[in-house]
Amino acid sequence: MGSTSEFNRRDLVKRAAALGIIAVPSMGVLSACAGGGGGEDNKVEKGKKSAKNPLAVNDSAGLDVVIFDGGFGDKYARDAQGEYLKSFPKADGKVKLSSTQKIQSTLQPRFNGGNPPDLVDNSGAEQMDFGTLVAKDQLTDLTALLDAPSVDDPRKKVRDTLRPGVVEMGQFGGKETWILYYAYTVYGVWYSRSNLQKLDAEYPQTWDDMLALCAKAKKKGVAGWTYPGKYPYYLPFSLYPFIAKIGGEEVLRKIDNLEPNAWKDPAVKAAFDAYYELYKKGYVLKGSPGLDHLQSQKAWAEGKALFIPNGSWVENESAKQIAKNPHFDLAVGAPSSLSPSDKMPFGTLWASGGEPYIVPRKARNAEGGMELLRIMLGKKSSQNFIRQVSSLTSLNGGTEGLKLPPGLASAQAALQKAGQNIVNPRLQDWYVALQKERIGVGALGEMMAGRMTPDEAIKKIQKYADDTRDDSSVKKYKR
Amino acid sequence: MKHGKYRFIAGFLVLPLAIYAIFVISPFVQAIYYSFTDWTGLSPDMKMVGFDNYARLFTDDVFWSAVGNSVTLLLLLPVVTLSLGLFFAFMLNVGGRRRKKAVIGGVRGSGAYKILYFFPQVLSVPIVALLFQFAYNPESGALNAFFKAIGLDNVQPDWLGDPQIALWCVMAAMVWANVGFYVVLFSAGMSSIPKDFYEAALLDGANRLNTFFRITLPLLWDTVQTGWIYMGILALDVSAFAFVQIMSVGPGGPDYSTEVLPLYVYQKTFRDGQAGYATAIGVSLLIVTLVFSAVVMRLGRRERLEF
Repeated sequence: MGSTSEFNRRDLVKRAAALGIIAVPSMGVLSACAGGGGGEDNKVEKGKKSAKNPLAVNDSAGLDVVIFDGGFGDKYARDAQGEYLKSFPKADGKVKLSSTQKIQSTLQPRFNGGNPPDLVDNSGAEQMDFGTLVAKDQLTDLTALLDAPSVDDPRKKVRDTLRPGVVEMGQFGGKETWILYYAYTVYGVWYSRSNLQKLDAEYPQTWDDMLALCAKAKKKGVAGWTYPGKYPYYLPFSLYPFIAKIGGEEVLRKIDNLEPNAWKDPAVKAAFDAYYELYKKGYVLKGSPGLDHLQSQKAWAEGKALFIPNGSWVENESAKQIAKNPHFDLAVGAPSSLSPSDKMPFGTLWASGGEPYIVPRKARNAEGGMELLRIMLGKKSSQNFIRQVSSLTSLNGGTEGLKLPPGLASAQAALQKAGQNIVNPRLQDWYVALQKERIGVGALGEMMAGRMTPDEAIKKIQKYADDTRDDSSVKKYKR
Repeated sequence: MKHGKYRFIAGFLVLPLAIYAIFVISPFVQAIYYSFTDWTGLSPDMKMVGFDNYARLFTDDVFWSAVGNSVTLLLLLPVVTLSLGLFFAFMLNVGGRRRKKAVIGGVRGSGAYKILYFFPQVLSVPIVALLFQFAYNPESGALNAFFKAIGLDNVQPDWLGDPQIALWCVMAAMVWANVGFYVVLFSAGMSSIPKDFYEAALLDGANRLNTFFRITLPLLWDTVQTGWIYMGILALDVSAFAFVQIMSVGPGGPDYSTEVLPLYVYQKTFRDGQAGYATAIGVSLLIVTLVFSAVVMRLGRRERLEF
């Protein structure tokens, strides 16, 4: 180190650099995607409407599609894009499909700048908030697509080929349908039939049986349940339908509508008590509160725990680990009956759409985006999707002639058994922060880790729900 | 001609100053402007809402736990990291047993330790965070396995899953990842301190503790201060964000015990579509940072020792 005035100057530079380091990330992050940008209409001209082209797609216009590259990959969409080109050969070379895991950071500047893509699979951890997109009028109403004839049968509208509830899920209180969910997810209690057989058991239809089975497993050193404590919002996948089963679908509707004291319903308390008992009796795999979804799925696939609350993507996501046990025989169970006076029968299930597709309002070729969706909802593309990623699509049926993997076959059977008793809580797409962070991490996770009693958890959740209702910056929905 | 000289200098500074204004100052101004709007981040359409966003901060519990955690990191992380860095650097350069011919020297094998300490610097932040996440895994992680192996079967903490210790676990990873850099930085500083100082002190019968506090630390003060600011910014900024985002439950949990300001900015912008509110949080982060820098510079101001 020197001793001249040179030293001071160097010091100053260092400090300035240090200050610069604060300044750039903390503020620049936000301003990089600053607002502004024109909203001039640069839509392509519509094409000619015909029986083969019911949406009047301009057959030589370009198409710009962005796909979420998650558990399902993007190959299914590329295949569908090939079908699109067969219908509109003149668009060859102008159809662009890109896939990313960073939906929001890629697309936010384009939405802000008024030049979004024509079709987006808005999914994954960086999903753009639907409430905001709808409230700020950034989406195209998909009613035209729903009323168009289906690809397979020109006498049927697309609307009539979809699974029940899919159209409603894409609506936000009004008549317009903003979102089309392409995948169809079955949520519930996932288990291995062979692991249960080792204990001479079948899936427990009542909660007493469930507790008895867990006790039996505990004696053999196997935990009854595990869950991703790092993301406790997996718990609702089996807990919410359990609540509906005990107290009726009405309870969930009130919860979704953020009605006062909705969480104080006795059904909620009964369901929470039941789950809390799992913890108290030591039936939950030790350490679960510190596991993420992959770690807990791994422990479960290795047979350290019998049950895990999850969705039908688990078959694809844990495929490698499940494959280590060739007789694993994956299956999904509906919530067990708590008592004979439960309002809904055994088999009541949470099933709903996944992979939400949107056509932005300012898309240049909105008709093309909808047309690609129409093709994807056809039997050919749907079956292709089912084969590739072993998940159902929103197209009702469409599985004839396909050999389904065990988990998917079981999900299909569970859907059939449930019949009309399908519930679809909307908290997770309407109020993401409330569902994932407040309720999940703030209360359910704490309760299942034994740091909060069911009563305390309910009180806390009710307060969170009330706060959300009173928060004017969050758009509210009703069903 | 003095006047002309300044004009001459100013001429050269126009371009850098303009670049600085465009790329550093203007984002600040812009961000502050956005913090007064209800901008969602998803559409260019927004309106002014005055101080609404700031008023909301005061009643936002999550914001306050984020402030608390960020300030905890800010106060403790530099102290722990720099103390460890100083201690290790001292041991490597000065603290060893005296050998023939050399006045001072490090502990045996100090060259190898130096490489070992610096090694974490080679790894990127996400990798370090992931490594620690595996170690903390309560079900199959190294830490709990270690406890089991030495017979402490009952001590099986949830680590990141326990709100009491989660923040400390994250902090430990951050210290581990950063301490090596300061060992090297301080080593370089120490090697430039003239050896005769130590020789004189040793002749006077000074022990290691005395040499450290009377010679090494005062002569290293400038380096320590720079390190302090740098570490403080790290505690407030992207590094804290990345560690918490990757490691912690939730992320930001359990029960908001690891929520930090940059993470909250990110969540509000990219999850909740409330970019206007997020910029208000960003501005408060800026204020915390400025206060920190001001305090550190004021406290650290002392007579410069020359040698």
